[in-house]
Amino acid sequence: MQRALFPALFAAGVTFLLTCLVIGVKLVQGGPTLTVVGADADTWSWIAFAVVIVFLVQLLKEPLLGLKQRLPMPDVTGLLPDEQLRNRLKPWLIALIVVGLFVWPFMVSRGAVDLATLTLIYVMLGLGLNIVVGFAGLLDLGYVAFYAVGAYTYALLSEYYGLSFWVCLPIAGLLAATFGCILGFPVLRLRGDYLAIVTLGFGEIIRILLNNWTNVTGGPNGIGGIDKPTLFGLEFNRRASEGAQTFHAFFGIQYDSSYKVIFLYLVAVLLVLLTIYIINRIQRMPIGRAWEALREDEIACRSLGLNPTVIKLSAFTLGASFAGFAGCFFAARQGFISPESFTFIESAIILAIVVLGGMGSQLGVILAAIAMTILPELAREFQEYRMLMFGGVMVLMMLWRPQGLLPMKRPHLELKAS
Amino acid sequence: MSENLLDVSGLMMRFGGLLAVDGVNLQVKPRQIHSVIGPNGAGKTTVFNCISGFYKPTGGEIRYRGKAIQGMTGHRISLLGLVRTFQHVRLFANMTVIENLLVAQHRHLNTNYFAGLVKSPSYRRRQREAMDRAAHWLQQVDLLEFANREAGNLSYGQQRRLEIARCMVTEPGLLMLDEPAAGLNPRETSELDQLILRLREEQDISVLLIEHDMGLVMGISDHITVINQGAPLAEGTPEQIRANPAVIKAYLGES
Repeated sequence: MQRALFPALFAAGVTFLLTCLVIGVKLVQGGPTLTVVGADADTWSWIAFAVVIVFLVQLLKEPLLGLKQRLPMPDVTGLLPDEQLRNRLKPWLIALIVVGLFVWPFMVSRGAVDLATLTLIYVMLGLGLNIVVGFAGLLDLGYVAFYAVGAYTYALLSEYYGLSFWVCLPIAGLLAATFGCILGFPVLRLRGDYLAIVTLGFGEIIRILLNNWTNVTGGPNGIGGIDKPTLFGLEFNRRASEGAQTFHAFFGIQYDSSYKVIFLYLVAVLLVLLTIYIINRIQRMPIGRAWEALREDEIACRSLGLNPTVIKLSAFTLGASFAGFAGCFFAARQGFISPESFTFIESAIILAIVVLGGMGSQLGVILAAIAMTILPELAREFQEYRMLMFGGVMVLMMLWRPQGLLPMKRPHLELKAS
Repeated sequence: MSENLLDVSGLMMRFGGLLAVDGVNLQVKPRQIHSVIGPNGAGKTTVFNCISGFYKPTGGEIRYRGKAIQGMTGHRISLLGLVRTFQHVRLFANMTVIENLLVAQHRHLNTNYFAGLVKSPSYRRRQREAMDRAAHWLQQVDLLEFANREAGNLSYGQQRRLEIARCMVTEPGLLMLDEPAAGLNPRETSELDQLILRLREEQDISVLLIEHDMGLVMGISDHITVINQGAPLAEGTPEQIRANPAVIKAYLGES
């Protein structure tokens, strides 16, 4: 206790100084002069409270840490049935979930379906970034740039050339992949932090470009009135546009605006399922193994004839293309996009999804994406504290489960006895 | 056109003001076990790094099967058939033993994405062939029973053998071993000895070896090059080297 006294006093002093400067005094501009005004008594009591808290926590750190040790660690292995049964149940469970995903929107409210669609976009983004960060171990802080490329590809092609969503979807993916390739080629010789900074810069360049290239992208005003996807040419609007037919007229049913929402949701589900399938396959393919090998030992890879640049580039390009798909869908769902949707904080959120889920783990990333989009919606009242909660959750997670919700268990290829 | 598999002449490597390798010549003939020996810090590994493309040599010429390879990147050189191991084992420790061997066959596997996505018959066939080749080499180095074990959990001697097997699945023409016996006990060393000789007999490959274990070097080498302080000191058959006064002086100091 005695030993902790001095550091505790010191920490309390630092807290006092910082809070005094940040919220204790205010500069008020009265005409040409600046005057310093102290805070009111209420604020001062809060500051005192904070200082006391910091002091106590620092003083009692040892016993508190001891207490933490005794907290039960989450352990779910005991709850699961044994492996054989699990393997037998797995396909049924997956089938059940997939069927559930398709049936569920017809039973709940429009708002819930809409939120689910947003969640699915983040699932797709998380899975895409997971390839880059989780599989290949390349820290990418500008992932949102590829998302923006995808979104603007659809928005611009649809506005200027009237191309439909289904035509633009592959184009958006390809274009985002191209951007990934162009960016990746010069920067992939960098590692770790350096790569992170360059990708961060790239993300900003794309956003600022979209913001300032006013005569093409509309600048900060964005692009509105983007067409929604159609079902084999059937529109989901109340009235058909020229030469087209509406969904409700074709099937002879009453118009309902929720059809559109449900249709968008179903498209998102299909895209996500496709993403999961592709990534699952790729993980088991030689390139998936090469990513892991490269993450473990680049020099050994080179000595075995693996070209590190090409392998990293493939991860980067593939990750970018999924962001392109997600962006294209996002533009279609939203109907309006502006550079504001593609700020750095989006990159941070997607990265947080990957890290929280457990790098490289697909199921973990999906769960984390669901948590990260639904929790803020549930906590609408705390809107202004959202970032605070965000940070708090991150800190807690890293203390409790530094490896993420569900750490990666890569599928190992087994040699069967022959 | 020379009949040498590997022909190194006048190799120089300069790090700033330090001339680490100065005028080293090496000729490795097909099906030969060629050793490079020398005191610590003599520049043996630097020579290796130059040949395998991890360093760009400052001067000199390296020819493999008559083709100049100096200054090429490491992965291209290894694709030509010059594959090396490292002084410290560099396995993919978190991958299983068999996967280590599959990664090494990356270029043999069908890397067409689409074929992999739909598991096309040709993709499956290549995958199966790769597995068979991996299993074959695991048997050769006596590691078949550990195939599904994580490579990091093997004993040190087993890791050394796995590293050699990983090189061999790439079907090299010249195997370069950097101190393969370091850290092995006498029994493991003699097993390694047998393995290297067997590789030469059965696979028709040449071996370039850096080694400190004189028993191993003298026992299996056809030809030895001695390097001292970056410069070639002597070369010849094991008998000639053993009798060479300059070599004895460099190793034992002046008497």
